[in-house]
Amino acid sequence: MHAAHEPDDDPDGSGQRRFDELIAADSRIEPSDWMPAAYRKTLVRQISQHANSEIIGMQPEGNWITRAPSLKRKAILMAKVQDEAGHGLYLYSAAQTLGTDRDTMFEHLITGKAKYSSIFNYTTPTWADMGSIGWLVDGAAICNQVPLCRASYGPYGRAMVRICKEESFHQRQGFEILLELMRGTPAQREMAQESVNRWYAPALMMFGPPDADSPNSQQSMAWKIKRFSNDELRQRFVDMLVPQAEILGVTLPDPDLKWNQERGHYDFGELDWNEFTEVLAGRGPANAIRVSRRRAAHENGEWVREAARAYADKQASLAAAQAPTHEWMAS
Amino acid sequence: MSGHSNRPISTAITPESISLTLSDADAAASDAVARYALGLGDDALVLAQRLGEWVTNAPELEEDVALANIALDQLGHARNLLTYAGSAWGQSEDDLAYLRGEAEFTNRQLFEQPNGDFAQTIARQLIASAYFIGLYRALSASADPTLSAIAAKALKEVDYHLDHSAQWLLRLGQGTAESHRRMQRGLERMWVFADELFDDDSVPGELAGIAVSPSALREDAYALLTRLITEAGLTVPTAPFARGGGRSGAHTEYLGPLLAEMQVLARAHPGASW
Repeated sequence: MHAAHEPDDDPDGSGQRRFDELIAADSRIEPSDWMPAAYRKTLVRQISQHANSEIIGMQPEGNWITRAPSLKRKAILMAKVQDEAGHGLYLYSAAQTLGTDRDTMFEHLITGKAKYSSIFNYTTPTWADMGSIGWLVDGAAICNQVPLCRASYGPYGRAMVRICKEESFHQRQGFEILLELMRGTPAQREMAQESVNRWYAPALMMFGPPDADSPNSQQSMAWKIKRFSNDELRQRFVDMLVPQAEILGVTLPDPDLKWNQERGHYDFGELDWNEFTEVLAGRGPANAIRVSRRRAAHENGEWVREAARAYADKQASLAAAQAPTHEWMAS
Repeated sequence: MSGHSNRPISTAITPESISLTLSDADAAASDAVARYALGLGDDALVLAQRLGEWVTNAPELEEDVALANIALDQLGHARNLLTYAGSAWGQSEDDLAYLRGEAEFTNRQLFEQPNGDFAQTIARQLIASAYFIGLYRALSASADPTLSAIAAKALKEVDYHLDHSAQWLLRLGQGTAESHRRMQRGLERMWVFADELFDDDSVPGELAGIAVSPSALREDAYALLTRLITEAGLTVPTAPFARGGGRSGAHTEYLGPLLAEMQVLARAHPGASW
């Protein structure tokens, strides 16, 4: 962390005043601006968790690359997983502008110290899960992320603009996979519905705990990192899903789901927050596998990264040896 | 790695556009052209499948991206070539990819070799790219307009692939003692399958001017590979070449499991569309 940006370094309070003005004016905080240490810390946590989610999120879909049932779907899936790696890289770059390096963030991921979205601890036993992940998981991600394009921290907001464009493309592709299945054979329709049944509630939990149990939310909203509460975004997502489910011809697994004329929104049933807590605590279906797989890839690749470093060092010392001895010779 | 950049690159070539063109019956491939395209398409498909196995397992995120990128390009070549091949027999790219058995696959054996460690994958990719550069450069002058358009598009991509593997060959060859040892071992593991790429077994005389004679690519490809391997401080292997026979359906024992995995879902739902 940059000690230079700690509050001790703002003895006359001018940094804090300027920060408050920028936030109040809906302007953006940039890396060289003074910012409260807690703002910096919250952002590093949120952006690196977001990056980690993209990286761990490659696994449930990567699971189907070799088995995708048509070459077109295989190509789309491969491109999507590649996009996710790219999103992880953008987000690590955004987080690095806050003074935490990528290796540290990655180390926290593979040692289990840093979190990632709980949704990726669910498994993908069927092809239809590629549709459900696109439609439901990416759909929820978009509802969460579109407001982040206006997040008060400039590098984060700009990364999100690019990510959101690709995410909406992914969501449409997921919807298409399910649509194709729902128009297919009885076995395909059953596969689609079964998968939607498994992913619906976990996708709704992606917005986080109910507002009453979400202590960090208020501060994030005051800082304009977050623009809407967990429950507001969840409601927006459900309202968006219902008509899409009708087009698909799938049912959403919630007997309490119904239109509320008075509110102008869909009412929906209580979610199983014990399940959410269990998954967050590491006891979901795939928690044990996700991090260890990323760690294995990292460890198996250690010799490759070492080789690249050694080669770059040799090239650098070679260039130095060939460089002119006196500065005046270079001109 | 330039010298072809003055050639206009067709970007409009996709399986869909090829299909559309071929709905005009006269544009369908003849049986001989289709067999030729099928062999090239199988090479690209099987290699794409292997590269796809790397995704989420690469040594760096950047390599997850790069290997997925190369896999996607290869898959694109496969889709174009299989779509064209299938036009001769009223079959789609998916019929050909998912419903043929091991003995009907006509890829060269190099492409079905397992990924092994990163060095082994780079060795396979290096040999493949050196071959593809020559192949697609020559094929882009084919008298068959579809093959020529597919090749012109692919050439730009395999140029990038060669650059990627040549750079890793250097880094691993000249990096650490461990990476040097692994890179040499990777080359030895893959090199025995190099010569099959230049075997003329598969191209009938009637395709003169349309197909590329593989043996005509041998000298340039070996010269390029020898130069790159030597520059990396490594040794060109000398073990005898494997017997080959991939173009006529003879494969190593690695292809069967690869196909079992690739085809499992499509075969479980005959006639379904996805």
